[in-house]
Amino acid sequence: MKVSLNWLRQYVDIDVTASEIADLLTMAGLEVEAVIDPYEHLSQVVVGRITEIFPHPNADNLFCCKVDNGSGSLEIVCGAPNAETGMNAPCAPAGTVLPSGTEIKRAKIRGHISEGMLCSEAELGIGEDASGLMKLDNNAAPGTPVKKALGIEDTVLEIGLTPNRPDCLCHMGVAREVAALRGKKLMPPELPKATPSGKASKLTSITIKNPDFCPRYSAQLVFDIKTAPSPDWLKHRLRAVGLKPINNIVDITNYVMMETGQPLHAFDFDRLAGHRIVVRTPGEQEDTFITLDGKARELDPETLLICDGEKPVAIAGVMGGENSEIMESTTRVLIESACFDPVSIRKTAKRLGASTEASYRFERGVDPEGAVYAMNRAAHLMAELAGGTIIEGVIDENPRPHTKKSILLSTEKTNRHLGTGLEAEEIARYLESIEFSVNRPDPGLLEATPPSFRVDVTRPEDLMEEVARLWGYNRISTTFPEITAQAEPPGKNLETREQVRDLMAGFGFNEAVSYSFTTAGAADLLELCPGDPRRNVIELVNPLSEEQAIMRTTFLPGLLEAVRKNIFRQERNLKLFEIGKTFYKAQGRELPHEVEMLAALWTGLRGPVTWHARPEACDFYDIKGVAESLLAGLGIENTAVTGMPDSACSYTQPGRTAQIRLKDTFLGLIGEVKPSVLKRFDIRQPVFVFEIHIEALISCLPGVPEFRPIPKFPAVARDVTLIVDSTIEAGQITDHVKAADTDLIEDVFMFDVYTGEPVAKNKKSVSLRIVYRSYARTLEDAEVNELHQRITDSLLSAFDATLPA
Amino acid sequence: MSQDIEQIRQQALSELKQAEDAESIRDLSVRYLGRKGRVTRFLRNISELPEDRRPAAGKRANEVKKELESAFNDALARLSEKQEEKGAIDVSLPGRPAPVGTLHPVTRITRMIAKIFERMGFGIAEGPEVETDYYNFEALNIPKNHPARDMQDTFYVSENVVLRTHTSPIQVRYMETHQPPVRIIAPGKVYRCDSDLTHTPMFHQVEGLLVDEKVSFGDLKGTLTALVHQIFDPQTSLRFRPSFFPFTEPSAEVDIQCVICRGAGCKVCSDTGWLEVLGCGMVHPAVFENVGYDTDRYSGFAFGMGVERIAMLKYGINDIRMFFENDIRFLRQF
Repeated sequence: MKVSLNWLRQYVDIDVTASEIADLLTMAGLEVEAVIDPYEHLSQVVVGRITEIFPHPNADNLFCCKVDNGSGSLEIVCGAPNAETGMNAPCAPAGTVLPSGTEIKRAKIRGHISEGMLCSEAELGIGEDASGLMKLDNNAAPGTPVKKALGIEDTVLEIGLTPNRPDCLCHMGVAREVAALRGKKLMPPELPKATPSGKASKLTSITIKNPDFCPRYSAQLVFDIKTAPSPDWLKHRLRAVGLKPINNIVDITNYVMMETGQPLHAFDFDRLAGHRIVVRTPGEQEDTFITLDGKARELDPETLLICDGEKPVAIAGVMGGENSEIMESTTRVLIESACFDPVSIRKTAKRLGASTEASYRFERGVDPEGAVYAMNRAAHLMAELAGGTIIEGVIDENPRPHTKKSILLSTEKTNRHLGTGLEAEEIARYLESIEFSVNRPDPGLLEATPPSFRVDVTRPEDLMEEVARLWGYNRISTTFPEITAQAEPPGKNLETREQVRDLMAGFGFNEAVSYSFTTAGAADLLELCPGDPRRNVIELVNPLSEEQAIMRTTFLPGLLEAVRKNIFRQERNLKLFEIGKTFYKAQGRELPHEVEMLAALWTGLRGPVTWHARPEACDFYDIKGVAESLLAGLGIENTAVTGMPDSACSYTQPGRTAQIRLKDTFLGLIGEVKPSVLKRFDIRQPVFVFEIHIEALISCLPGVPEFRPIPKFPAVARDVTLIVDSTIEAGQITDHVKAADTDLIEDVFMFDVYTGEPVAKNKKSVSLRIVYRSYARTLEDAEVNELHQRITDSLLSAFDATLPA
Repeated sequence: MSQDIEQIRQQALSELKQAEDAESIRDLSVRYLGRKGRVTRFLRNISELPEDRRPAAGKRANEVKKELESAFNDALARLSEKQEEKGAIDVSLPGRPAPVGTLHPVTRITRMIAKIFERMGFGIAEGPEVETDYYNFEALNIPKNHPARDMQDTFYVSENVVLRTHTSPIQVRYMETHQPPVRIIAPGKVYRCDSDLTHTPMFHQVEGLLVDEKVSFGDLKGTLTALVHQIFDPQTSLRFRPSFFPFTEPSAEVDIQCVICRGAGCKVCSDTGWLEVLGCGMVHPAVFENVGYDTDRYSGFAFGMGVERIAMLKYGINDIRMFFENDIRFLRQF
């Protein structure tokens, strides 16, 4: 909200600078986001006196003026019809940028030099009159800054008000804060008291049909007014806070709103059928209403309307109607000053997409006891500025009268909660400084009653905040909590996740973070089949764009997009990983299943180009090795990596996709991404990925490692080479050995795989090393030989293998 | 003759010093200790000495013999060890690199914050990223149709389900299942329907909650001061500014002295000298009531901060969108 310092001074004595006021307010909870000069653009514009006028040599409709600008004489080409010798007018020197964005330059106009510009009101952005030069007071000395000559020097504070402080959505509210902070007295405009009864009640009436939505509605009549533009001081004030002057009547309602926080509306009394007001929701035929901005608004059954004897004339608390607005011909005015239910107004304003100054205030809560004062203030201004006659009597329908509630506050609790050592008197003094009334029923106990405009204060803690902010948050001493001893071991998820991150970074991968949302077409990009659970997505009701319309069920689209962009930037060698959540629609549950995943991706070269070696392109076994090392690093042993059925993963290549399992648990998959999928991401190089379910991974984690004694007896290694069918997976062969009926096999691994001459076609030669060891004794050669022979024979028959020739 | 053995020893040792290869050392050994070597000959001729000097001379000659033997052997061993060493190489050539990866800046900062709080005895809690309206708003004292809802632009999944707009719902979920004392932080992704130079629709927060019997606003100040001093440095000044969050009362925003200009005023702090980094406050009694905590017995504080915001200040990153573009040239820097 914008607050004019000049305006503020009307209600409180300000004896510090604007920036000091800004600091004070900020540190009391009214954050001043900017201190601005509303007429900054006029800083260079001065009073210029036209000393001579002579014709333009080349143009009939232009003439040249000699202008005294205080420091010298300028020649300015001008076309304004009202220019005359001796006149004072705003003179903008070269370099001035007008509100329209035009920069004034020293230039030739139709062949004659012009060293500046004489301006109209409209050109300066301080009025609508564009018919001629703005006439300035003839007593002003040439060279006087125009802001000073017009009396519009001002400073405006931009306050970022939090939603709990509607009482400060007006100058008097801010002035009240300043008064409390500076120990001054608030000086509200003094008004003759409105007479509660009188002629007005014979001329009009108010009926409230929905008192829940409209707890109070007051009206006052002002007759014999003459609509006209507002006086300059009023226009300047409104402009300074960002409002556009319209006419004196409307401007007064806006002015009083900015003064008191109470939104007002002025109806043309003679356009109200039956000269009366009915507050109600729409009737059956009333489905649209034209507001004064000319828009047809759809009404719903909950929209609260202000109606006359026949029809709606305003949408309550949001906007008036075209059919009752003040016109030039208006002479009799009904001023509305009401309280509306914040929720009802908010719903309507939201639904209509029409947030107005009025609805903004009603949503947050206006002073339930401020209606009559504000209306009376407006009526007197209308009498003063528009020649109106105030009709005696105020109509004040108040079906749900506001009751003040007091709050009990313990001094001891306040100090304990805040960490302060304040006396009861001090607390009382702070509360009283912002117009709370305070009783002391008991030593150590205060009974505080908030003023009606502080709709936000309902609990002792609210009072504590008031005390704290007035005492000063920064004066509260800094302590450390006295805490109860308690501790629990950290969660396994967290620990594992961080361990995975460290391991992956250790394997040379860079951690990526992608948006959790992705394009609705993600499933199609990955060629997921129609029944794939990853098509079971959560859609956003209000996405920012089509590309971010659904919650991801897989990281792949995000990571492939990252690959595409990086390759576009000439970065072709990428090792990325990401840990995060995927989201699946869950049948019969309000919230989706959130499944935590790890994905890793490798593309480009296996390693950096160095003087030692020219690295080759990475392949399946590189990414597989990372997956295996990751599992080993986490202490997960005995996982099986086997070929995946070709149809099981749609986005990796058949025959180049493996699943990782530990017994019955599916941990994830490893594969080379299909060229057709890569093509959709414009990627023209092989990409290898693995995806692992974090939850499954955690379920497979070993417990606390148990120490095994270091073997005392030596191991014996024996090799065997077999010729087998090339379709037989190496893993099956090693598994077969591991399954042998003996506890003497310590390790078995493949150390060579060979195809080609002299091995027959469709066959391959595999070489295994088997390590034998006993924990109880040194193995005899003969014993090992016999065992090795037994295993070899078993392999030969199990895989239909032969020994090499 | 006894004098002679000392001379022999001297000569042998000085000749050994001159010897440069194994050959000459072996030669020396023969010349002194061999069958016709000088020491051997000396020993053999010892009978020529007067009888009373013989025992001493013999003893000394044997000592010298032993000394020289070990000197020659040591010299030979040193020489052969030296021969095992290899020639010079260009040590300035790069080594064979071991892989080096990086952690995302969000991970790094989250970990840094988590570590600080772990040292202060806080645990870590987590919660769902897709939340019910109840946990994200209502339980936090933000009723439907309250203007406070405008403080956060919300992504909706349905009327009652949202992408969490802050990590605060974790507070509520945790308190529902745990009795005080409570000391947790809750890191995680949050979502707001907002995208421009300074906002991304997804970002990360760390939430904190402490509930116990005697917790005060002063304790909140102390805890956050300790945090800021550990993230930045102990010279960083803080100010607590009254503010409003529906789920805390009193509420505050924490500004730190601009870490770029040290408070002198610069572009980053919009010439104010201060940077807003945290929101915090004493837990609102309505929140305690919603989770069934005794508001007379317990009090607590809560706070929240944006991880990217801290990372931007800490690392000097000037565009928040960089965090989620996965540009490898960005990721490699952390």
